[in-house]
Amino acid sequence: MLTVSIYRYNPEIDQEPYMQDFEFDAQGKDLMVLDVLEKLKVEDPTLVFRRSCREGVCGSDGVNISGKNGLACITPISDAVRGNKLVIRPLPGLPVIRDLVIDMAQFYAQYEKIQPYMINDSAPPKIERLQSPEERSKLDGLYECILCACCSTACPSFWWNPEKFIGPSGLLQAYRFLADSRDTGTEERLSNLDDPFSVFRCHGIMNCVQVCPKGLNPTKAIGHIRKMLISSPA
Amino acid sequence: MIDKAVRFYHSGLFDWFVQRVTALLMTAYLIFMLIYLFINPDLSYGQWEALNKSLGMRAFTFLTMIAMLSHAWIGNWCVLTDYVTERLIGPKANFIRNSIRFGMAILTFAYIAWAINILWRF
Amino acid sequence: MANLRTMSFDAVIVGGGGSGMRAALQLAQSGYNTAVITKVFPTRSHTVSAQGGITCAIASDDPDDQWQWHMYDTIKGSDYIGDQEAIEYMCQTGPEAVFELEHMGLPFSRTKEGRIYQRPFGGQSKDYGAGGQAARTCAAADRTGHALLHTLYQGNLKNKTVFLTEWFAVDIVQNEDKAVVGVVAINIETGESVYVKSKATVFATGGAGRIYASTTNAHICTGDGIGMALRAGFPVQDIEMWQFHPTGIHGAGTLVTEGCRGEGGYLINKDGERFMERYAPNAKDLAGRDVVARSMVLEILEGRGCGPEGDHVYLKLDHLGEEALNAKLPGILELSRTFAHADPVKVPIPVVPTCHYMMGGIPTNVDGQALTIDREGNDEVIEGLYSCGEAACVSVHGANRLGGNSLLDLVVFGRASGIFIEKKLKEGIDLKEATQDDIDRAMVVLNKINSSTEGENSAKLRGELQTIMQNYFGVFRRGDFMEQGVAKLDELRPRIQNVFLADKSLAFNTARIEALELQNLFETAYATAIAAAGRTESRGAHAREDFQERDDDNWLCHSIYFPGSKEIGKRSVNFSLKTREPFEPKVRTY
Repeated sequence: MLTVSIYRYNPEIDQEPYMQDFEFDAQGKDLMVLDVLEKLKVEDPTLVFRRSCREGVCGSDGVNISGKNGLACITPISDAVRGNKLVIRPLPGLPVIRDLVIDMAQFYAQYEKIQPYMINDSAPPKIERLQSPEERSKLDGLYECILCACCSTACPSFWWNPEKFIGPSGLLQAYRFLADSRDTGTEERLSNLDDPFSVFRCHGIMNCVQVCPKGLNPTKAIGHIRKMLISSPA
Repeated sequence: MIDKAVRFYHSGLFDWFVQRVTALLMTAYLIFMLIYLFINPDLSYGQWEALNKSLGMRAFTFLTMIAMLSHAWIGNWCVLTDYVTERLIGPKANFIRNSIRFGMAILTFAYIAWAINILWRF
Repeated sequence: MANLRTMSFDAVIVGGGGSGMRAALQLAQSGYNTAVITKVFPTRSHTVSAQGGITCAIASDDPDDQWQWHMYDTIKGSDYIGDQEAIEYMCQTGPEAVFELEHMGLPFSRTKEGRIYQRPFGGQSKDYGAGGQAARTCAAADRTGHALLHTLYQGNLKNKTVFLTEWFAVDIVQNEDKAVVGVVAINIETGESVYVKSKATVFATGGAGRIYASTTNAHICTGDGIGMALRAGFPVQDIEMWQFHPTGIHGAGTLVTEGCRGEGGYLINKDGERFMERYAPNAKDLAGRDVVARSMVLEILEGRGCGPEGDHVYLKLDHLGEEALNAKLPGILELSRTFAHADPVKVPIPVVPTCHYMMGGIPTNVDGQALTIDREGNDEVIEGLYSCGEAACVSVHGANRLGGNSLLDLVVFGRASGIFIEKKLKEGIDLKEATQDDIDRAMVVLNKINSSTEGENSAKLRGELQTIMQNYFGVFRRGDFMEQGVAKLDELRPRIQNVFLADKSLAFNTARIEALELQNLFETAYATAIAAAGRTESRGAHAREDFQERDDDNWLCHSIYFPGSKEIGKRSVNFSLKTREPFEPKVRTY
């Protein structure tokens, strides 16, 4: 029997959040943490969490699992159980709506701030815009972001200044467009990032890299942005 | 040109750049001092005075001092805007933070005056 | 009944996946006040899971490629019950729609010439089947759906579409003329119900793979649009046609793209034999999905399955080399290592046919207008209601969808619906206001659930439903079994309608949403069961042991399920092409 300790908070009932322990029999199987949550929800339908694809590509079920942010659907319990105990909390740093569900508005607002879309006002050709495989390869490790918020909510700079610091996820996407040979908005993008908070609150502690479920490296992307800011003409 | 300089001063890049340059200067000073002390194990007061009386050394020390104060000024601002914010400690945050900044400013000027006083007292 | 708050829009799109966001983009670009109701944040929609690519004749891999060849493949793939006019429109408009996505920033993989990379997929040919295998599926590595969905979301952000994120549409609001004038929706975070009023309501609610126990579909694929349409009395078409994807990871159900076989991977049985050579001597592992899936099941049934239970086969990729796998199929390596504990660089992946795609859906015309059928069997437009994507049956997939055609379908027909609604809005849409009674009718199901005092838990009922569908309406079907299945569903219906919601709280109550989803799952499942039992032939994905042959004399037509009478009727297939004479049905071999 496994003890699964889950953060509970229902704003209509609870004065404050608490940890609830469930006894769980995994029947010797190395289930994913999401499977555990699903099975517990059958017994206790009031337990609330987000989930969708259950294969690590939609980014719904980012939670804090035994102290580390990750996706419940691709974290096997064998990786997460410590001393026969599995502790599941919501991602830290953002307001909790209910149980494991957080309010991600601030996270999305930072994403929207970086103009996450192609800027290229020239008339498009009749076919696709050409891009060499080398130019395209610069987007690898950037475009795969699933906006799960595991990284940004593991980042102290984002905890302290979520309104001003873009956070690792948003910055990774900022660089995804800066690095795209088809995008012509480089100057505009850089001048929007050149304040003391947006980029420069990153102190390179690499929590984001450690938790990213897709193995991406926001710190490296932030380094690239800084380099572009240094060498930008304006 | 002025536009560019003004924008640069207000940018995060400026702070970031200052932190790196001042860090290099402080490191250089530290290394110089360590080497000097290492090759002069039986340092006499006369030698020490002569070193610090030279114009070059006075300038080096003074610049390092300014670098350290700038570094601390920016670093302190970063720490304060991380932790002493309305978000974390409520509506009094701005007053507290500005008060600390004011105290820091006075302290910084005092340190500069003191440094001038020491360096040019000989 | 207390009055609900009303929100008004020019157009409301229900569903934030690929087709919904493509329709929304079209309308937002032209300045119409457009809202997308989406039960998950848009980039978490199931389009994100599409891997291999979007099939389209952009003539990158082969400069001589023609959209007409793609049209031929699609019609043949549909086993001749795809509407030829719609298929023509899709294949001809496709390149334009794909280039638009590229211009929006979709990070396609590239060829040396800098063009979009295309890979071979199943059922693709050159020169109307005479020119051998084609490579026509445009890919962004093996994350094409993810790249496409994010690009569309980004385009909508740029054009200021209103997103009602984490809102759930409950039911259709119809005015006294039976025209659709919006939906009642719940804001999941607050629990508030709102009447979302609209001049045009687009159902882009995706599929319902969760009616089966084993599916590649996300938890959210619960057929909400189908359920709402059926409850409103509208029919659905070809709903018995469910595609079982050959390669779902055994045990987990997660999808392994057909692109694996496109890149040179192949299936083997327990003896290591490449068995598809026996079933489809020409196309081999790249035959139509229905053909491959059935061959796999036959191998397993005849005792040549792999593993201790002999209940799956293997997909072999290791011969392609680590470098190629890392470059072309990085997501598959990740999924296989996570869910199959198998590293494809060294060992094959255990796979089994898994429910994947709903070919049927709400019948529509090429403009996305939802249709119903009058007494004489003529099409009749449902005023105010549109549908596109997997929820719709336009019908470009007929009895079997080709790989890579779903992404094309949702982009082309999302766009077409948007263009058509734009035109209608310009001309002026005048629908009668809904009365309080009209709105109250859309609240009946929700109110029943909210006032339930006893009954069964929705998760348990859902499990029972999925087991029935899996056991009685799977890859191979038999009349007597299906009759038993329908009887079991009849027994399940009142239990599901009386589902018990113990937790009546408002804030982010996902139990309430699951109880509503269960109603939609059931409606979809029941329609599937009736239609499957009714179609007395084998065609495409619908394979019957008691009627093994295709029966063109009686069944070269769409099935139409009517929710009122719970019976099926027939609707003729469109055989009129604008650019050439139609393709006549032929025996379908690969």
